[in-house]
Amino acid sequence: MSTTRPESFASVRRYSASSLGGLGVAGAVLVVLALLPSLVGESIVNRLTQLFALLILAVGWNLLAGYGGMVSIGQQAFLGLSSYAVLYLSLHGVLAWWGVPLAILFAGLVSVPISFLAFRLRGSFFAIGTWVIADVCLLVVAQIETLGGGAGASLNDLNGYDPTTVDNVTYWVGLAIVAATLAGCALLLRSRLGLALVSIRDDERAAEATGVNVARTKRIVYVLSAAICAGAGALLILENLEVQPDSTFSVQYSAFMIFMVLVGGIGTFEGPIVGAIVFFALQQWLASYGVWYLIILGAVAVIVTLWLPKGIWGTIDPNNRRSLVPLRHRVRLLQKADSQHQREVIQSP
Amino acid sequence: MMVWINAIVQGLLLGGLYALFSCGLSLMFGVMRFVNLAHGDFAVLSAYVAYVLVEHLGGTPLWTFAIVIPASALVGFMLQRLLLDRALIGGELSPLLVTFGLSILIENLLQQGFGANNESLFVGSLSYDSWKINNSIYLGRLQVIVFGIAVLLIASLQLFLSRSRPGRNMRATADNRRAASLSGVNERRVRATATAIALATVAVGGLFLAMRTSFTPTSGSNDLIFAFEAVIIGGLGNLWGTLLGGLILGVAQTVGSQINPADGILAGHLVFLAILAYRPQGIIASRYAVS
Repeated sequence: MSTTRPESFASVRRYSASSLGGLGVAGAVLVVLALLPSLVGESIVNRLTQLFALLILAVGWNLLAGYGGMVSIGQQAFLGLSSYAVLYLSLHGVLAWWGVPLAILFAGLVSVPISFLAFRLRGSFFAIGTWVIADVCLLVVAQIETLGGGAGASLNDLNGYDPTTVDNVTYWVGLAIVAATLAGCALLLRSRLGLALVSIRDDERAAEATGVNVARTKRIVYVLSAAICAGAGALLILENLEVQPDSTFSVQYSAFMIFMVLVGGIGTFEGPIVGAIVFFALQQWLASYGVWYLIILGAVAVIVTLWLPKGIWGTIDPNNRRSLVPLRHRVRLLQKADSQHQREVIQSP
Repeated sequence: MMVWINAIVQGLLLGGLYALFSCGLSLMFGVMRFVNLAHGDFAVLSAYVAYVLVEHLGGTPLWTFAIVIPASALVGFMLQRLLLDRALIGGELSPLLVTFGLSILIENLLQQGFGANNESLFVGSLSYDSWKINNSIYLGRLQVIVFGIAVLLIASLQLFLSRSRPGRNMRATADNRRAASLSGVNERRVRATATAIALATVAVGGLFLAMRTSFTPTSGSNDLIFAFEAVIIGGLGNLWGTLLGGLILGVAQTVGSQINPADGILAGHLVFLAILAYRPQGIIASRYAVS
């Protein structure tokens, strides 16, 4: 028997103290949030639902741009399509709450053919190309009279229920989508596909050369990101109980997504969560100042990109050592001559 | 029949204006490999500057060209030196994100200053004078002048790129940044010149657009999309291609409006998507942008 089996040189650890702690805290937060509607008033529940929608959007955009390297300013296409899918289904007898998973599925399916068109473009051109596609969705949907045309329509499905129940169920739907999105992203990034994705983010050519199927991986990420944005779209129509083409397909959502991800820290798991909370706080604080908050938003986006490119999380945790989620592979090289002497090699997504 | 011919003729005239918008976008992309997402907003910004100048000093908006164009070029130069040069160090995403942030900033500052109303630059009888071709085709004088200036501007820009020393430096940088730099081209100056020229042309486009139709603080987004579509339809790396792309987009929009008044923009988008699907390198083949 050979004594130089690779296993004897190295061991791989995936959990660290911070990531185990992070998972514990995440679980506790989830339980508290799930119980919250019985503890606090309606206005807090409604505000948290809005935060959930922002969080979902940020995570979806970060997956696409931060990990997939695809800056899109057209994700509002899937947000709007999913809102309208919920509306359409409710007009055809599907209760709005049950329409949510169907709407997400619908937007995910639509994103497949769209990806073939959008992937003809790269970089800057991909960004504007996706914007044009979102504009096409807006112009087409605004012409469908049965869905309210350009004026939009309201979701009358849930009128028969007690308003507090409606708010609470919408909140739980939002929480479920947030939990599913975060857990799904964590599992994705831990998987083989996640490793491929991270390698594409770091260097597309090198990834291709080492046998990663770049086109397929990017397409999967694009579709997943579309489905995630669709989750936010479905949640937003439940929250607002109405939908208007000009606002649901608004490029402003892209501005929000970019802001949250940049400020939080692009290409990190924790970044978009931090960014969504910061953005939400800013929104609550500056809401009474009208457009000034958008002006500040634009200015902060410029400043952060130029002078704080790693965002808040990337600055707190520059070498990805304090990750709250077990995404990394830490390889310990056990040197034979001196097994006490260990070196740690870190590969981090 | 005449209606359709009229739609095509008007579309060609409109297309000239789109080409005027796009050549700056094309130039900046050539030199720096990114699309300035605030491109359209700079057009609208210059229209508002002209609007304010006329409001306070009177006269026809035509004289404001003399101030707005050099001012816009200067803004371009500063923009490159202060923000974009820095953004370019940060990799592929940074310039996109910075210019998108600028776009939000400009749109909302304008919204704050001027409200969301439609504004327009009124140029006296030039606004409505026209040459009558026959009973169903009239050529607006302003439209024809804009078209002429667009073609003239693109021709001189092309001449500048192929004949002058700074123009050749620009093309060299577009072809191979490092090789150009090694042969003594001052890359920083080339970038600042390109952005200055781009913003000067976009100011011309913005003023003409404001004279032809109306503008709002947020109409820059549409201008950017149209400019971008013209560039892709025509094919990158060639200003004549951009002109052709602008003309095709203009015709698609006016013919679309003729079919159904609400469908003009949609028709333009669909032609763009069709080109993307069947001829992604553009009508005149390009080397960039397409995988």
